[in-house]
Amino acid sequence: MSPQTPNTEPLLTVQNLQAWYGRAHILMGVDLTVGRGEVVALMGRNGAGKTTTMKAVMGLMDTRSGGVSFDGRDVSALPPHRIARLGLGYVPEDRRVFTELTVEENLEVGRQPPRPGAPSWTPQRLYTLFPNLAEMRGRRGGRMSGGEQQMLTLARTLMGNPSLLLLDEPSEGLAPRIVQQMAEAIRALKAEGLSVLVSEQNLSFAAAVADRASVIEKGRIRFDGPMQALLEDDTVRRQYLAV
Amino acid sequence: MSRLVVENLQRSFGGVKAVRGVSFSLAQGEVLALIGPNGAGKTTCFNLLNGQLRPDSGTVRLDGVDLVGLPPRRIWRLGVGRTFQITATFASMTVRENVQMVFLSCRRRLFGLWQPAVGCFRDEAQNLLERVGMGAQADRPCGVLAYGDLKRVELAMALASDPKILLMDEPTAGMAPAERLELMALTSALVRERGLAVLFTEHDMDVVFGHATRIIVLDRGQLIAEGPPEAVRADERVQAVYLGTAA
Amino acid sequence: MSFYLVQFLSGLAAAATLFLVSSGLTIVFGVTRIVNFAHGSFYMLGAYLGWSLIERWGTTPLGFWGGVALASLAVGALGALMEVGLLRRLYRSPELFQLLATFGVVLVIQDAASYAWGSEDLLGRRAPGLKGSVDILDQPFPLYDLVLIALGPVVLGLLWLLFNRTRWGTLVRAATQDREMAAALGVDPAKLFTGVLFLGSALAGLGGALQVPREAVNLHMDMSIVVEAFVVVVVGGMGSLTGAFVASLLIGQLQAFGILVFPQITLVLVFLFMAVVLVIRPYGLLGRKEEAPPTAASPGPPLVLATGLVRWVPALLLLLLALVPLVAGDYALIVLTEVVILALMAASLHLLIGLGGLVSFGHAAYFGLGAYGSALLVKHLAAPMPLALAAAPVLAGVGALIAGWFCVRRSGLYFAMLTLAFAQIAWSVAFQWYGFTGGDNGILGVWPPDWAAGKAAYYLLTLALAGGTLFLLRRAAFAPFGYTLRAGRDSALRAEAVGIDVRRHQWYAFALAGSAAGLAGGLYAFSKGSVFPTLMAVPMSVDALVMVLMGGIQTLSGPVVGAALFHLLETEVMSLTEWWRLVLGLVIIVLVLAFPKGVAGFVRDLWMRRKEA
Repeated sequence: MSPQTPNTEPLLTVQNLQAWYGRAHILMGVDLTVGRGEVVALMGRNGAGKTTTMKAVMGLMDTRSGGVSFDGRDVSALPPHRIARLGLGYVPEDRRVFTELTVEENLEVGRQPPRPGAPSWTPQRLYTLFPNLAEMRGRRGGRMSGGEQQMLTLARTLMGNPSLLLLDEPSEGLAPRIVQQMAEAIRALKAEGLSVLVSEQNLSFAAAVADRASVIEKGRIRFDGPMQALLEDDTVRRQYLAV
Repeated sequence: MSRLVVENLQRSFGGVKAVRGVSFSLAQGEVLALIGPNGAGKTTCFNLLNGQLRPDSGTVRLDGVDLVGLPPRRIWRLGVGRTFQITATFASMTVRENVQMVFLSCRRRLFGLWQPAVGCFRDEAQNLLERVGMGAQADRPCGVLAYGDLKRVELAMALASDPKILLMDEPTAGMAPAERLELMALTSALVRERGLAVLFTEHDMDVVFGHATRIIVLDRGQLIAEGPPEAVRADERVQAVYLGTAA
Repeated sequence: MSFYLVQFLSGLAAAATLFLVSSGLTIVFGVTRIVNFAHGSFYMLGAYLGWSLIERWGTTPLGFWGGVALASLAVGALGALMEVGLLRRLYRSPELFQLLATFGVVLVIQDAASYAWGSEDLLGRRAPGLKGSVDILDQPFPLYDLVLIALGPVVLGLLWLLFNRTRWGTLVRAATQDREMAAALGVDPAKLFTGVLFLGSALAGLGGALQVPREAVNLHMDMSIVVEAFVVVVVGGMGSLTGAFVASLLIGQLQAFGILVFPQITLVLVFLFMAVVLVIRPYGLLGRKEEAPPTAASPGPPLVLATGLVRWVPALLLLLLALVPLVAGDYALIVLTEVVILALMAASLHLLIGLGGLVSFGHAAYFGLGAYGSALLVKHLAAPMPLALAAAPVLAGVGALIAGWFCVRRSGLYFAMLTLAFAQIAWSVAFQWYGFTGGDNGILGVWPPDWAAGKAAYYLLTLALAGGTLFLLRRAAFAPFGYTLRAGRDSALRAEAVGIDVRRHQWYAFALAGSAAGLAGGLYAFSKGSVFPTLMAVPMSVDALVMVLMGGIQTLSGPVVGAALFHLLETEVMSLTEWWRLVLGLVIIVLVLAFPKGVAGFVRDLWMRRKEA
């Protein structure tokens, strides 16, 4: 694809995605897209299927069906590490830093070769984006606070030079001040050219970072449109987000 | 009258002082919120109160009885109930059996070898579940419940021992906004009905300012503010270290 | 003085081998979270392969060391093969399945080695150039052992560099903690794990091949080294290489000097040392508290008291069984008597595993204690059968109270290892204390009195006692006691927070289960007329686990079904072939892979699915 003709096809297309936990049917056919350079908020209340959607896209669910195509490739049958190597970066809700490894080693685990068409990251660049991490590069992940761990998880995923980030509830459990920093970080990444799918319950946080919103409820997408439209649509907000 | 009196609590981990001289009290009918940035020492504080951790110095008294050094089980029997940040129920049992388990424990019937457990304290458990709005789901296995419902079961389990004090660690974490307010409204109602006192930690400021009768703020192991919600919200130091400019 | 120095150096040489083997075990455990029973078999294979290669080329130093290296690499490749073919399918299974599957591999390798090299001891060639000895304070000390002593720290250093200074090592440590997250970051965990299995197995193979000049190669090397390596890993702290090194040194010395003081009970000494270390430092010398300790069994669906007609099935079955003597001959009655005894044994183990989530790897100890208790009373005091039978559960219960006090202090794998350790202590006492227990000659002539001597009479007696105890165990499972046990398994944190003393409850359950197993053991002694140390050995514990596994851990009827199936398989199939280990090993592996919920669980799932459809 030459840079002169911008690729209008979405970067990520999810079609009729279904997933199960054991015998519990969680996703009943999710459809969503993320365009190049776009930040999409996946909204919904707890248990609606946000985390499961992210995991299913990433190949982390045992049983799933439906289509997931990323950058023009069908990834629906690939194992997680192959999906990650194509440029999909996943930042889980529960952080999952490697507590026994230092900050530097955590970043090393995420390192992948540079990828054309995606910003590339080095530890040095990440330390300028997250100055806190620079100060504690020799510290073990387990001895960091929750907010610091959240930053490290994000930085670690960026080391894989992804073109699309899946951010699962980045504001959950963080102090309001750290939440503000997180929103700034997401905007900075968008400016770098990254696409982001961010799951959120916090409407004001989503409004501050996202261009578009998809609202999920009981394993299906119930609303899809510009963020502004969601903010103006009282019925959808009350029905699916309970705000 | 103060039920729980905490004086000059200290605890450090490998040279790092996690809690430095925290003192506060909790009276019957109060809903006291403990807030602060991540890493401020809230969880440590909680664990010092319920006996999970032993303080380096300081005292914790419940109705004049010193709790320091007692194992969590004893503290629970003296009347300090708790709910967990991450729900922990008995996943292989039904909702009612979970509550029955607590009744069996507080009436000291755990070692019975003959009488089937399903018949023990069945009505008491059912009544409690009705009160928290889980009566209709009493026969479902806890393993399949929605998150918000699990939190209600946890509340019922905490109430079954008829505690004087209830410690709630991030009681609404992971819930949708409307569910959060509903759960806290239920908690406030129970505080009035049963003459309870609640101490809770929380990050959702709507919940804190909507339901706490008093707030204490912790930063780097020390209390930096205490008072009614309005005063704490206006406090400049609290804004600087925790609330930020948006609040 | 010089004698003690040489003894000390021998201890160091033994420690080096022990470290090679246990470092491999600890690396594999760290990453896969699987305690690999077959690790000892890899050590044994390393010795056999090393022996063959050294016989062929070992006349020159190059041929000797080349043979050792080749044997080690071949064993490493076999370990990698086991990862790809077996372990990979088990990473998410309960640890009971993992332990059993690797034990299946032990049995298969036993027979394979016996087929390839025979059952005679093989004496190997000594290392060319290192055949002599040096005088240390006028005492001769083999040169070869000095090389071994130096090898230990060298291997430790190399491994440390590998894990802390290379990208591969960093990735392994990351995957050790969180496989799924590492995969989501683009790391292929499968490749990493195969590599780790190669490394760990090659270390075991190296340890084995290096033993060739020092001791005879035989078919017993596998169990003896793997049990010692378990002790080293547990004492040092699971997953800690430095811990394994320190523990190897300590245990090497303990054995070197213990043999001077208590030549008969060195094994007991080692296990007592482990028990003491674990009570003082619960996570081993250098182990750290695990954030999420490996769990034993995932909580199943709620146990439901049977209603309707199904409720009467056990009573009906009992009635039918009581009528069997009217039609069956002596042989059938003997087999049925054993089935009933084993059902009680399996059910008592299920109380621990199914309800408590406590996977005991040494339940045979209590079965054996009961059997020996009865037999010893008959032999030394000429006690009548009713008294001897009554003593069986009491003695086993007391034994379980003592061992259980230590064991319930730890959960998960540590619990399994501790129970194994106590079973080994009991076994070595029965095996080594000739004067009292008759050693491996056992105790003979333990027959019932005339009124119970007939096959039918003894069968009915067994049915009454075992059936009654099974009924009591079932009541206990549905009573508050069983519920409390399950509560502690589902969430120990929550159970403690609602005033349950989880540890004490588990302790009582351990004693109750041990006592029931003891009764089964007493009944077994009188049915066979004799007792032998094998009743307490590891394979017996594993048999009991296989019965529980066959039946499925999620149902109360499972162990009874499993015991019947297992015993029929044993008497009707395995007795027909000389290669019964191979058959049993393959059966275990197939069971673990094909029926993750056990046979009874499988049937129940089928039933539920049909009901839903």
